Amino acid sequence: MIEDHRGIWVFAEVVDGNIAGVSLELLGAGRELADKLETPLAAVLLGHEVRHLTDPLIHHGADEVYVIDAPVLKDYRTEPYLAGMGKLARMHLPEIILYGATPNGKDIASAVATDLKTGLTADCTMLDVDVDKRLLEASRPAFGGNIMATILCKKHRPQMATVRPKVMKALEPDASRKGTVMEESLDMKEADIRTKVLEIVKGPGKSVNLEDADVIVCGGKGMGDEQGFQLIHQFAETIGATVGGTRDAVEAGWLSHDHQVGQTGETVTPKIYFAIGVSGAIQHTVGMKNSEMIIAINKDPEAPIFEVATYGIVGDAREILPVLIHAFDELLKEEVVSHA
Amino acid sequence: MPEKFDVIVVGAGPAGTSCAYLCAKNGLKVLQIERGEYPGAKNVMGGVLYKQQLEEIIPEFWKEAPIERPIVEQRMWLLDEESAITLGYKGQAWANEENYNNFTILRAKFDQWFAKKAQEQGVTLINETVVDACLVEEGKVIGVRTDRPDGDVYTDVVVLADGVNSLLAKQLGFHEEIEPAQVALTVMEVLNLPAETINERFNLEDGQGCTIEMFGDATKGHLGTAFLYTNKESLNIGVGTTLSSLVNSKMKPYDLLEYVKNHPIVKPLIKGAEEAEYLAHLIPEGGYHAIPKLVGDGVIVAGDAAQLVNGIHREGSNMAMKSGSFAAEAILLAKQTGKYTEEVLDIYREKVYESFIGKDLEKYKDATETLENHPQYLKEYIPMLNRAARTFFTVDGISKQEKQRGIFNMFMERGKIRTVQDMYRAWKVMK
Amino acid sequence: MHIVVCVKQVPDTKVIKINPKTNTLDRRGVPSIMNPYDAHAVQEAVRLKREYGGKVSVLSMGPPQAEAVIKKSIEIGADEGYLISDRAFAGADTLATSYALTKALEKISSASPIDMIFCGKHAIDGDTGQVGPGIASRLDIPPVTNITSITKVTKDYVELQRKLQDGYAHIRTTLPCLITIEKEINEIEYAPFPNMLKAVSCQPVVWNVDQLGEVDRKQLGLKGSPTVVGKMFAPPKQEGGHRLEGSPQEQVDQLLHVLQEKRHLFHKKGGAAV
Ligand SMILES: Cc1cc2nc3c(=O)[nH]c(=O)nc-3n(C[C@H](O)[C@H](O)[C@H](O)COP(=O)(O)OP(=O)(O)OC[C@H]3O[C@@H](n4cnc5c(N)ncnc54)[C@H](O)[C@@H]3O)c2cc1C
Ligand SMILES: Cc1cc2nc3c(=O)[nH]c(=O)nc-3n(C[C@H](O)[C@H](O)[C@H](O)COP(=O)(O)OP(=O)(O)OC[C@H]3O[C@@H](n4cnc5c(N)ncnc54)[C@H](O)[C@@H]3O)c2cc1C
Ligand SMILES: Nc1ncnc2c1ncn2[C@@H]1O[C@H](COP(=O)(O)O)[C@@H](O)[C@H]1O
Repeated sequence: MIEDHRGIWVFAEVVDGNIAGVSLELLGAGRELADKLETPLAAVLLGHEVRHLTDPLIHHGADEVYVIDAPVLKDYRTEPYLAGMGKLARMHLPEIILYGATPNGKDIASAVATDLKTGLTADCTMLDVDVDKRLLEASRPAFGGNIMATILCKKHRPQMATVRPKVMKALEPDASRKGTVMEESLDMKEADIRTKVLEIVKGPGKSVNLEDADVIVCGGKGMGDEQGFQLIHQFAETIGATVGGTRDAVEAGWLSHDHQVGQTGETVTPKIYFAIGVSGAIQHTVGMKNSEMIIAINKDPEAPIFEVATYGIVGDAREILPVLIHAFDELLKEEVVSHA
Repeated sequence: MPEKFDVIVVGAGPAGTSCAYLCAKNGLKVLQIERGEYPGAKNVMGGVLYKQQLEEIIPEFWKEAPIERPIVEQRMWLLDEESAITLGYKGQAWANEENYNNFTILRAKFDQWFAKKAQEQGVTLINETVVDACLVEEGKVIGVRTDRPDGDVYTDVVVLADGVNSLLAKQLGFHEEIEPAQVALTVMEVLNLPAETINERFNLEDGQGCTIEMFGDATKGHLGTAFLYTNKESLNIGVGTTLSSLVNSKMKPYDLLEYVKNHPIVKPLIKGAEEAEYLAHLIPEGGYHAIPKLVGDGVIVAGDAAQLVNGIHREGSNMAMKSGSFAAEAILLAKQTGKYTEEVLDIYREKVYESFIGKDLEKYKDATETLENHPQYLKEYIPMLNRAARTFFTVDGISKQEKQRGIFNMFMERGKIRTVQDMYRAWKVMK
Repeated sequence: MHIVVCVKQVPDTKVIKINPKTNTLDRRGVPSIMNPYDAHAVQEAVRLKREYGGKVSVLSMGPPQAEAVIKKSIEIGADEGYLISDRAFAGADTLATSYALTKALEKISSASPIDMIFCGKHAIDGDTGQVGPGIASRLDIPPVTNITSITKVTKDYVELQRKLQDGYAHIRTTLPCLITIEKEINEIEYAPFPNMLKAVSCQPVVWNVDQLGEVDRKQLGLKGSPTVVGKMFAPPKQEGGHRLEGSPQEQVDQLLHVLQEKRHLFHKKGGAAV
């Protein structure tokens, strides 16, 4: 019975012994939904030796934390995690479960959805609830243009969604918050599990670190060709920024996928984001619109990128960039001299 | 042992597909190889397809082929910088199914459809594959080498329908490097415009089309033409000049197209249309003198690859289809004899030269060269004609007789003898 | 070794355009392509076949035109193709899709047991990546997602490299299993000519619902899909900021002016921030 399901859950992903940022963001978003629905917000914490992590979850907004702490849950694997999630969900019947749209979050969410025969909406960027119908309104960019689709799961519970990292806001931790911790067990032995983790190799893996960059210069298809794109590299070099690209630029082969910003690339929040020759499709802007300052250069005054830009220059990037490079060159030369 | 085919056709344009279609229809095992992602993916044409030649291959093809509009009106404009002398013919007879004369088409759609019809006849079509060379053994072509791994394929006869600038025919020594004066570079755009707007602006009924050919200022007086054709919901606009003119005048093709699009006579017709595609392609303009060797042992050259284009009348696809059909006929004949030697296949050459293809190309054999060597036709006479027309049609109190005298004198300013010479030369190459 | 690769035909999202006035898809001239990740999955299966022997089959669910992606797979080197096509499948979300594909996989497996199933990491039309793990759950075989390398295959297990958010995991899993493939795993090879010929003449096996054996129709297509699209809307318009004006030099000058207070963020590459 749908009415038997109550409560909003957030799958608390553990990365390097800490709660993943996206899980804390989801607690922030979940808090709002839970208040609207007047229902408790719970975090689900699976892992090995993770009991100490219940506090941060409560401080970030959880009313309840379900914990399963077992050696088989040490590294993420679908089978034991699915067993844990499946057991908890069947026992406690949540109405909504949110997961981070990370490799592990998407993996477990897909497995749980099939196991519980319920709907799952991937890669959401907006969440809301219809209070009367107690429906989760999970919205995500769809197709190649500026369109959002709201996906509903009317007749099945729990309603589930994976949510992009860095689009929701975490709450400021409040150490005075109180919550209840409920622990469950998992009777699954290592011998029952078909998948073994032999080794985990941490980073670098990626050749660029967009996530931590203060300044990003992102070039799009508007740079014309590989040679035109060199201007992006030159400019980034001049100001000491990290280079990003749109999917179209990446697919054109001008730079590797590691540099891609957007829905299927990285989500970034630098202090300054230059978007040059970038049209500003929704799949791109979801990955950068929370940057502190956005500067767009585009020759089309109607380009949607100007809607998210703090400062916009309408013009030909191939003309403006050389001027900009020259100006910064002068400026930074001055600095070096004055500090010498 | 790899599979062997009766015929390998290189290229899936009108020439190649006509040949492949007819060979397969008559029971031969045909392999057709096309380098584009699909037939027509990279092919370009102003867009006028003539009915006759295709009708001979697929009767009543226009009932199902993706044609844009049957043409009921052909206009010709002699452009000055801001005026035009307009000639034309509009015939409602052409609007009648039985009397269709020609159609506008979009090649990407049309070539795909035509190739599909050939596949239905049993042709094996392989896309996205480039034929790098003919395999030759003891002077006889025995197959082709494609650019794919394990890419050699064997056959009795290869048909080179690989379009203008056929590298394969050149490799076989059938022709020299093509000269810049023997090809035109044409650039064109497809401009989207609602059907009703097209009907209104071009004065057309639904499902009827019109073509406009432009001479003179459209190419800034260089040897070439511009065109504007109506599709269902779009226009094709393009301009082309010989490569040699482009080089000599240092014009950029795209600038020239922009120039045409902004010409005061053209501009209102395309106003508000949205650019959907930009295309560029070469057209063989060498004519009769440039026709290469057409057959060899185990090989036939057809269509643009054989330079079979009548530049003056923008006929190419029809000659491509006709030559493709002749190639099929020759191959079927060779099949009966069991020999694919140059001697047996020579019947193809004869058919080409004896048909309208050879005859028309011979008729205009010196036209292009004359126009190239005597720029005054496009550069001086067209503006003069415009001035003459303006003088004549302007009502300003001067008597018509006086006007005629003025016009006559204007033409004679160039010198009586020269003018008469020019007229004679023009009559001679066009007669 | 029998590997089955699930391949999906998708609209080429690079050319999809939305009509901004009506918020509807403009499908005019949008070509259909094989989901790029699936192409890499087929390529990987073909590579394994070359190394360990066996057979590669591909399976697709879609309208009759989806045959094109099966032919594409044969070009890459797959041996045979299956297409499940029926009105009853239409409108399926990922749950209903994984159900239908699972039914087909069971049927394929009953004739020729399957050792591995490959799926793409996700399909570019929806970016969900849910179908692969869904199939694994239904078949009760281990799923391993986001695989960038298959390092070892024996008759009992495979060793693979799985992409994590920050790094990689080396894992081992028993056969049969389901693997979802990342693009980095390989480069698509230029298909040999004989494969091209084979693709032209290949006739995929086409099954409709009735041919799938015992199927619960309630779990198929629109009926079997828990999720529905509620509404489509333009993303909320942001304010948009300040447009700079003037010549390029003037605009750049204005920009430099507003960036003055942030100058500490800039530095010459190699040098420290000033
Ligand atoms: C499922 C899905 C996921 C996607 N994920 C991502 C993603 O993660 N990241 C991403 O970026 N995209 C993603 N996309 C693609 C996205 O929809 C857009 O197609 C893409 O972002 C457009 O890239 P672009 O801005 O470089 O190119 P375009 O849209 O082609 O824009 C080029 C811009 O450059 C301007 N321009 C041209 N010449 C000049 C010049 N000389 N000077 C200045 N400006 C010029 C043009 O006016 C235009 O606005 C995804 C799409 C789908 C369907
Ligand atoms: C702008 C323009 C306007 C024109 N307007 C008209 C018009 O209005 N009416 C008219 O009748 N004619 C017109 N023509 C001429 C007409 O397009 C050609 O004469 C006609 O297309 C010739 O057909 P074809 O089959 O010989 O060559 P193509 O149509 O050029 O076909 C050759 C095919 O071979 C393929 N190919 C080439 N090399 C290889 C290789 N090595 N391996 C595999 N495949 C290969 C090509 O991809 C192509 O598909 C125009 C041409 C142009 C450029
Ligand atoms: N209709 C389908 N037919 C075959 N395979 C599919 C289909 N839909 C999804 N898949 C497979 O599942 C993967 C993930 O798809 P998705 O969950 O839609 O992102 C794809 O890369 C395919 O391998």
